[in-house]
Amino acid sequence: MENEKHHIVPYKVYIYILVALVAMTFLSIGITKINLGEYSVLGAMIFANLKSVLVLTWFMHLKFDQPFLRIMVGFVVLVFFAVIFITFLDYYYR
Amino acid sequence: MEHVAQHSDPHYDQEASKLGMWLFIFTELLLFGGLFIVYAIYRFLNPEAFQMAGHELNITIGAINTIILLVSSMTIAMSTSALQKKNIGLTVLLLEITIILALIFLINKYFEWGVKFDHGIWPGSEHLLNDMAHGEVLFFGLYFVMTGLHALHIVIGMIIIIVALNKVQKGTVHADRPSLLENAGLYWHLVDLIWIFLFPLFYLIH
Repeated sequence: MENEKHHIVPYKVYIYILVALVAMTFLSIGITKINLGEYSVLGAMIFANLKSVLVLTWFMHLKFDQPFLRIMVGFVVLVFFAVIFITFLDYYYR
Repeated sequence: MEHVAQHSDPHYDQEASKLGMWLFIFTELLLFGGLFIVYAIYRFLNPEAFQMAGHELNITIGAINTIILLVSSMTIAMSTSALQKKNIGLTVLLLEITIILALIFLINKYFEWGVKFDHGIWPGSEHLLNDMAHGEVLFFGLYFVMTGLHALHIVIGMIIIIVALNKVQKGTVHADRPSLLENAGLYWHLVDLIWIFLFPLFYLIH
């Protein structure tokens, strides 16, 4: 616990994360340039979600925080997806 | 000696201030989340119009701004590590870089919006209302509201980072009392997080 609280992330870890984020940005641009129709949105959103996981875990330090913070963030994400799902159930079957 | 005094401050609780910041971030996520749901529904109802309107946006400027925000997120994350390592000079430098990158983002946004205005596209403009389809009006309405609200967050984030920077220089934010800098960082990452979704949804519809 005491160790986690004072965990100092080395600079190079942040550089690796940045490289991964920039690479995924270009991949998501590339995937939308190829004409995949409906799936290009899906591809871009998968990359956006992967990027946000990296930002939350490393930049926002959740990896080194207490578990209850991770649980709360997970819960908020779940609530958000549930609201999207329910809203689309309504519109899709109208 | 002064560090001992700081540690015994009964009003300072690093975990609690982090928790408070996260609770605030949840409200922000759901604010933008609501807008994303509005976007998703209108796009679902007007797929062709959204695709047409999306062509008006400049992928290059969007991509440059994405990378600027990602780099600035890295520099502010690094500044927390620098502060923990008691390297004040590097902390200050990294925060200054973050602020400059934020400013460049806003300048790009200014030119980007300027081009839209030159094309006669702004909320309620005659060109938008008379010549464009209903779905395109919705697309540009959401574009201006969501990127505008995001830009407002950039401005607020810059102010918070400037305050944190001042306190680091004054020595009231230091390795044993880093919460203000940590929370400024969390806010800035939130701004980055929102942009990560704004970019593909508005710029990459092709």
